[in-house]
Amino acid sequence: MYAYDHYDQAMVDARVAEFRDQCERRLAGKLTEDQFKPLRLMNGLYLQLHAYMLRVAIPYGTLNAPQMRALADIAEKYDRGYGHFTTRQNIQYNWIKLEDAPDILADLAKVEMHAIQTSGNCIRNISSDHFAGAAADEVADPRPYAELLRQWSSFHPEFSYLPRKFKICVIASESDRAAMRLHDIGIRIVERDGALGAQFYVGGGMGRTPMIAPLIRDFVPLDQLVTYSEACLRVYNRYGRRDNKYKARIKILVHELGAEEYTRQVEEEFAHLLDQGVEPPLAELERIKGYFADPAFDAADVEPDRSDPDFAVWLDHNTHAHKIPGYVSAIVSLKPVGGIPGDATAEQMRVLAELAQEYSFDELRVMHTQNVVLPHVAKADLQAVWQRLNEAGMGTPNADLMGDIIACPGLDYCSLANARSIPIAQRISERFAANGKEAALGELKLKISGCINACGHHHTGHIGILGVDRKGTENYQLLLGGSEAEDTSLAKITGPGFDEHGIVDAVETAADVYLREREHGERFLDTYRRIGMAPFKEALYG
Amino acid sequence: MAEATPLRLRDDEPCMEPAVTLDAFAEQTNAVAVRIEPGGDARELLPHLERLARVDIAFPAFTDGRGYSAARILREAGFAGELRAVGDVLVDQLAYMRRCGFDAFAPDAPIDRADAEAAFARFPQVYQSAADARTPIWALRHGRAE
Repeated sequence: MYAYDHYDQAMVDARVAEFRDQCERRLAGKLTEDQFKPLRLMNGLYLQLHAYMLRVAIPYGTLNAPQMRALADIAEKYDRGYGHFTTRQNIQYNWIKLEDAPDILADLAKVEMHAIQTSGNCIRNISSDHFAGAAADEVADPRPYAELLRQWSSFHPEFSYLPRKFKICVIASESDRAAMRLHDIGIRIVERDGALGAQFYVGGGMGRTPMIAPLIRDFVPLDQLVTYSEACLRVYNRYGRRDNKYKARIKILVHELGAEEYTRQVEEEFAHLLDQGVEPPLAELERIKGYFADPAFDAADVEPDRSDPDFAVWLDHNTHAHKIPGYVSAIVSLKPVGGIPGDATAEQMRVLAELAQEYSFDELRVMHTQNVVLPHVAKADLQAVWQRLNEAGMGTPNADLMGDIIACPGLDYCSLANARSIPIAQRISERFAANGKEAALGELKLKISGCINACGHHHTGHIGILGVDRKGTENYQLLLGGSEAEDTSLAKITGPGFDEHGIVDAVETAADVYLREREHGERFLDTYRRIGMAPFKEALYG
Repeated sequence: MAEATPLRLRDDEPCMEPAVTLDAFAEQTNAVAVRIEPGGDARELLPHLERLARVDIAFPAFTDGRGYSAARILREAGFAGELRAVGDVLVDQLAYMRRCGFDAFAPDAPIDRADAEAAFARFPQVYQSAADARTPIWALRHGRAE
């Protein structure tokens, strides 16, 4: 994985010093809260309901054992002993004191980490496929491109006061495991006639107006990636709406102009920028690629012993095919039955660090589904890994099943939320563990947001839940038929909402319709797409 | 008025002419200073850069970043006159403004020269090529001198 050279380290160190100075000026009253707010946001510091929240960047979701240990130490030293992995492959701490923030950033800088641009109206941390460098179906490891763009977007002088936040995702396979088309810019590395290049999808997003990004350029050569990105951003910075924050994302600009006109403007800007020398040489991309070379894969291809039925179930659900036959990628569930999705204690983080060092070439990945991946585990080691995970409460065999719920922090933490998300996730997880239907249901992606900002990705849940406020009471709308994968679709609302108990029953009702109606091999989503909304509505409201 | 004593990074004599609006500029062929509001298109000035001594770019709110693009566009087109950031210009944005080509600042609330110098010196290097003369890190890594 990428390692800082002295330039990268100096930049992050300078940022820590800058933020320390800004915090001191804020605490001394020399900066107003209005002046300070964008600065602290660009260092990942949000003001939530009860305290400051600090969001730490995990670029393209990749981290090593020392970094995970540092995250554990921060959880213990500055928070309440745990952290929360997010849908953008980052980690956030919910109980931070403003005066501690510069020290936390300094601790992070020691392990080549930061919180730069994890919030604010700027280019955010770049996300990617959690199986990058391990998946059998990728044309290349997408992370070097993400790292190139990370550096380009860090402290970008022109694009730090955009109309709104800006999220970029880079993948390199037809399968989409990163919700690529639901980003402001989604990039897919593709191969055409033996050459690699990039597809650019622009103008996707969730929030209150969900949109699937249209393809605006089918092939950008690798030596024009930065220039093309710059053109996309400049058109947005100049013409994105600033009169209404709810219409300020690039998806609204692309929608209002039309993809064709937006593309025309980008191409014009791109033609101009090609002469401006903004593109790093391919040698820089090659330098970065060097850090992502394969580790020394040398394990024999031995099938694991499936005689323990619990282990066999975990193998079936929580491992993913690796490009090297002797290995798999193992998904560590942060979704124990009745638990808080994405939370991990400092102790669990340290177990993950140990396992990464012992069994996965010192690498971990954070998934947008709020789980963690050990990307390169020899098949022969799987049973040992599973046992250690189980002992630490991270061996739940539920990847992509009903219990693998994405949920935003909701009204338990967030000042924007209208309703709680976490308790709904906990009750549904408990219900389906108790009724034994989880295994029968198979792949079923449930996603819960506590307000229309959609941090819990409810628009793209096979089943989505949206918490709203109805006359002072929490109310939950049910949505069906979304997908964040390569078959991207947006979920539709079934009808009137439910109270916090009713929504759990409603989810079970929808699941039962699927179990009754499914044809062989169909997932919940497939059945919904075939039979439509009517049978579900009938069962829910009939 | 702050505008009377702008913070300048240039050695030449400041152009003291009042700036006309972009709309008025189209009519007044003798104007040498123009002011661009956030919604204005800097590219309208490109045919006239030769006769412009100063362009003021307005920041009614520091959070509105359109002026950064306007500045860079003018520099990319070869504008060599004074590029002045006017309005809600704060010390924490100065370094980015300079990178986009601004070389004069007329903030609503005065900025101490020493604070400005400290802001310009904060980051030892830069990651991108922009409108200033700084050599990006990627170029330093591959042999270009600072």
